[in-house]
Amino acid sequence: MPPIGTGKKGAKTTKKKPAEQTQPQDYVPPPPPMPGDEAFAMPIREIVKPDNQLRLNETELGEEVAKMLTANNPAAPKNIVRFNMKDKVFKLEPMVEQTVVHYATDGWLLHKSSDEAKRQMDMEKMEQEASARFQADIDRASHEHKEHGDVEPPDDSRQLRNQFNFSERAAQTLNYPLRERETFTEPPPTATVSGTCTQWEIYDEYIKDLERQRLEEGAKSKGTKKQQAAHGGATTKANEHIPTLQSPVLMHSLGTLDRMVNQNMYEEVAMDFKYWDDASDAFRPGEGSLLPLWKFVSEKAKRRQVTSICWNPLYDDMFAVGYGSYEFLKQASGLINIYSLKNPSHPEYTLHTESGVMSVHFHPEYANLLAVGCYDGTVLVYDVRLKKDEPIYQASVRTGKHNDPVWQVYWQVDEAQKTLQFVSISSDGNVNLWTLTKSELIPECLMKLRVVKAGEPTEEDPMATGPAGGCCMDFCKMPGQESIYMVGTEEGAIHRCSKAYSSQYLSTYVSHQLAVYAVHWNHIHPNMFLSSSADWTIKLWDVHDSKAPVMNFDLNDSIGDVAWAPYSATVFAAVTDDGRVHVFDLAQNKLLPLCSQKIVKKAKLTKLVFNPKHPIVLVGDDKGAVTSLKLSPNLRITSKPEKGQKFEDLETAKLDAVVEIARKSDADLAKH
Amino acid sequence: MVDVAAVDETFKRLQSHKGVLGIIVINADGIAVRTTFDNDLTVQYAALVSHFTVKARSAVKKLDGENDLRFLRIRSKKHEIMIAPEFEKSHEYYLVVVQDPSQGTL
Repeated sequence: MPPIGTGKKGAKTTKKKPAEQTQPQDYVPPPPPMPGDEAFAMPIREIVKPDNQLRLNETELGEEVAKMLTANNPAAPKNIVRFNMKDKVFKLEPMVEQTVVHYATDGWLLHKSSDEAKRQMDMEKMEQEASARFQADIDRASHEHKEHGDVEPPDDSRQLRNQFNFSERAAQTLNYPLRERETFTEPPPTATVSGTCTQWEIYDEYIKDLERQRLEEGAKSKGTKKQQAAHGGATTKANEHIPTLQSPVLMHSLGTLDRMVNQNMYEEVAMDFKYWDDASDAFRPGEGSLLPLWKFVSEKAKRRQVTSICWNPLYDDMFAVGYGSYEFLKQASGLINIYSLKNPSHPEYTLHTESGVMSVHFHPEYANLLAVGCYDGTVLVYDVRLKKDEPIYQASVRTGKHNDPVWQVYWQVDEAQKTLQFVSISSDGNVNLWTLTKSELIPECLMKLRVVKAGEPTEEDPMATGPAGGCCMDFCKMPGQESIYMVGTEEGAIHRCSKAYSSQYLSTYVSHQLAVYAVHWNHIHPNMFLSSSADWTIKLWDVHDSKAPVMNFDLNDSIGDVAWAPYSATVFAAVTDDGRVHVFDLAQNKLLPLCSQKIVKKAKLTKLVFNPKHPIVLVGDDKGAVTSLKLSPNLRITSKPEKGQKFEDLETAKLDAVVEIARKSDADLAKH
Repeated sequence: MVDVAAVDETFKRLQSHKGVLGIIVINADGIAVRTTFDNDLTVQYAALVSHFTVKARSAVKKLDGENDLRFLRIRSKKHEIMIAPEFEKSHEYYLVVVQDPSQGTL
């Protein structure tokens, strides 16, 4: 059955040429648009025929076709056959459902009288009543509020606000675990500044301020440009000081620390020096010992011989050592080292001379002046304070130096005179008195030594054969007799002379066979003196007795030096070439030394001095070393004066007693 | 004005003594200007010694305002530290010598 569609027939499907499309008759073209009317113009209708449209001719087009509308469902099947169980045969169904349902929904209308409807109506009623009540409450409350002010708001807890749309929702957010991160920055550089503020610091500042004010006032009052310039110069100097921190005051501290270090090094020695006394002396009466303390050596002095030692009168720990050579053929330059006991490893000052030093002597009052006598006959005066290696005075050929070695120099202390003077004695026979003027040394010949024939008591014989060579001298220390001095000669004679008489000896003492190398007055006794000689003997003389010595000591070796002790009139010490030191105390033992101790192994001892204050002696040897020794108590026996007695008197009496006994024994011997 | 050569010579002599472990010169700021120790030890000594010396000086001065510190010696079991301070403002310094006294020559 062809579908219900167009009322035209549709059977022929002939192809027609699409050459021309004839327009249908009913086509009425729309009215042409008026100019300017394009927007409102009706769209042009075009009829487009598809190519495969059925083309019918006119008659066919005019044919009428009748249509009938029925209620049959065209899609419903017409011949459904069902198996009939009763008849057990397939039967055609007569009637087929023809209804087609296009759309179906359920309605929600309820009947008024049904239960459901009734219930709903009741609910509605209740709700209305509740809301009405609530509204009445609110009205009442607002009314009252207007009148009274504070009023309880109506209870609206039973009113559901929004029972349909309200819902509680909770959510737990994710808690991130906490992490801690720290960094440390580099701390800024810090510097610790500290200071103290105490009363004394404030005091110091005030004092400085005062000083400054005073200076300023002084500058103002003078007011010259020069002053200011000088001041400016001074301040710049002070500024310069700071960078040269290494030099100035540091030297002093270094010296002090040097001494401290030495003290630590030689700690036991220092303790011994101060405090140790040989306890065994109590058990050995008549015997003593010498404890070696420090040994003073220096590199430069090693090749030289110690020719002279002298203690400083002002500082009792300072001493000067002169180095030279006794040998005629081996002459070198000379050296003077000034040591302090506090620093045994290094001399405080070092002075160089051209020729060997034979004698040094400190001025008793001006302890910075050092007189030096040399091997070539020159005499020098040094000022130790200056710290320079140059003498302040020097004798030269022009100014009359000696022609032979100067064996001894000795300062003269004369209160009356204003100038400084010293005496020198030399092998050329001259005893010169040197005066220090502003520019030079002026010599004056005190005495020309002449050889005296041995045995002749009178000395004024000018037929003596030439000048004698002086080897040593000593001035009398007794007050009133300071112009008297002793001279020892190379020939063995000792002369007592006076500064006043330049041509005559006061007395002569002849006993030694060989050169007299040392002669010393007793420090306490005014009349006794010692002499030591190359003939291996020491002789004790009485001034008034020029024939023979009072006592004679033979030491079995060449004697270098002899010295009296300052604390006793009967104690003296001597050094010999075999390296021994002999200490005698005539009050205890007239014949033998109390102590005869070998100090150095291979050297010859050349000089010996006692320290005026401490119980030590210094011994110099020919290897350039100076050894300090402490005297044991037995060697230091000195008289202790009681009230009314004088120390000197006691000592003098002691020595006198000794001398008397000696004389007596001599007399006894002579008798027999 | 002492020349630098003499100072140098004294320095060397001081150091050549038996038992002397070293010498340090410290200026007012606590900085070592001359030393014979190695660096760490020097810095330590400088810091400690300067504080200590200031304290000691303070103690002395407090007891008597016109008094002043001259030297300081610290004797410990092993060695001895000797300090010579100089407090004059224009040239303030501390000179420190460390010595082992048991190594003495005698």
